[in-house]
Amino acid sequence: MSGEHTSSAVAARVRRLEERLIGEGLVTDGELDAVLTAVLEGASPLNGARVVARAWSDAGFRERLLADANAALPEVGLSMAGGLQEQRLKVVANTAGHHNVLVCTLCSCYPVALLGPSPSWYKSEAYRSRVVREPRAVLAEFGLELPDGQEITVWDSSAESRYMVLPRRPAGTGDLTEEQLAELVTREGLIGTAAL
Amino acid sequence: MSRVNDVGGQTGFGPVVVEEDEPVFHADWEARVYALNIALVRRGVYTLDEFRDAIERMPPQAYLAASYYERWLHAIEVLTAERGDAERGGDE
Repeated sequence: MSGEHTSSAVAARVRRLEERLIGEGLVTDGELDAVLTAVLEGASPLNGARVVARAWSDAGFRERLLADANAALPEVGLSMAGGLQEQRLKVVANTAGHHNVLVCTLCSCYPVALLGPSPSWYKSEAYRSRVVREPRAVLAEFGLELPDGQEITVWDSSAESRYMVLPRRPAGTGDLTEEQLAELVTREGLIGTAAL
Repeated sequence: MSRVNDVGGQTGFGPVVVEEDEPVFHADWEARVYALNIALVRRGVYTLDEFRDAIERMPPQAYLAASYYERWLHAIEVLTAERGDAERGGDE
């Protein structure tokens, strides 16, 4: 109940702020609606999944993606320049001996254009503080038990630099089309808290 | 000097809690705050660096007590109020 009360108090605060800013001519309703439509319809893990499926299907694209992701993304109709500032993207590939996982210890930096808005746990102090100290334990809590011999790299994102994991292609998927492969890719796989 | 948001490697924040089938926004006001921030940065009312700074200079207790989008709301309120003060002070 107190939660509901708090929430409605915050909602009223937001309404007052919005009315003030519209009154001052700093934003319009139309702009706000356009921003939300763009993020809700355009930014989704389906984008990252398409990138991964292409990399699994096309060795040349995979090589270009790992060498310079910003230059390779337009090949699948995507870009890191659609947001407020262009961000450098580095795609990091999982292998049999090496696993990658993403974090932003300072706040919530995340490749939104490829993965959509981030989940709350990614932005939580618990995840941000712990995954750099004890990644193996945190991944195990997500259900991903990595063998002791497998190396883990934790990539700490920043305002200018974002990362995305290229998961290992699941066995037995040799006959699948690129569209079918994309359906196997999950958001957690792209963050590195799950294998596929 | 490290600020309250610099939590990498710290202990004491408990387990990672994952919400199943989490919606992008938990309430309409969160979506409005999200949109306000992007629209204001696009208009050049403030920069993304100023926005991050406004969150990171929150008093530690307020930062830790606030939800993610409450921090955003706080930053927008602070930055747009500071802007108004600067204008009234004849800085522009």
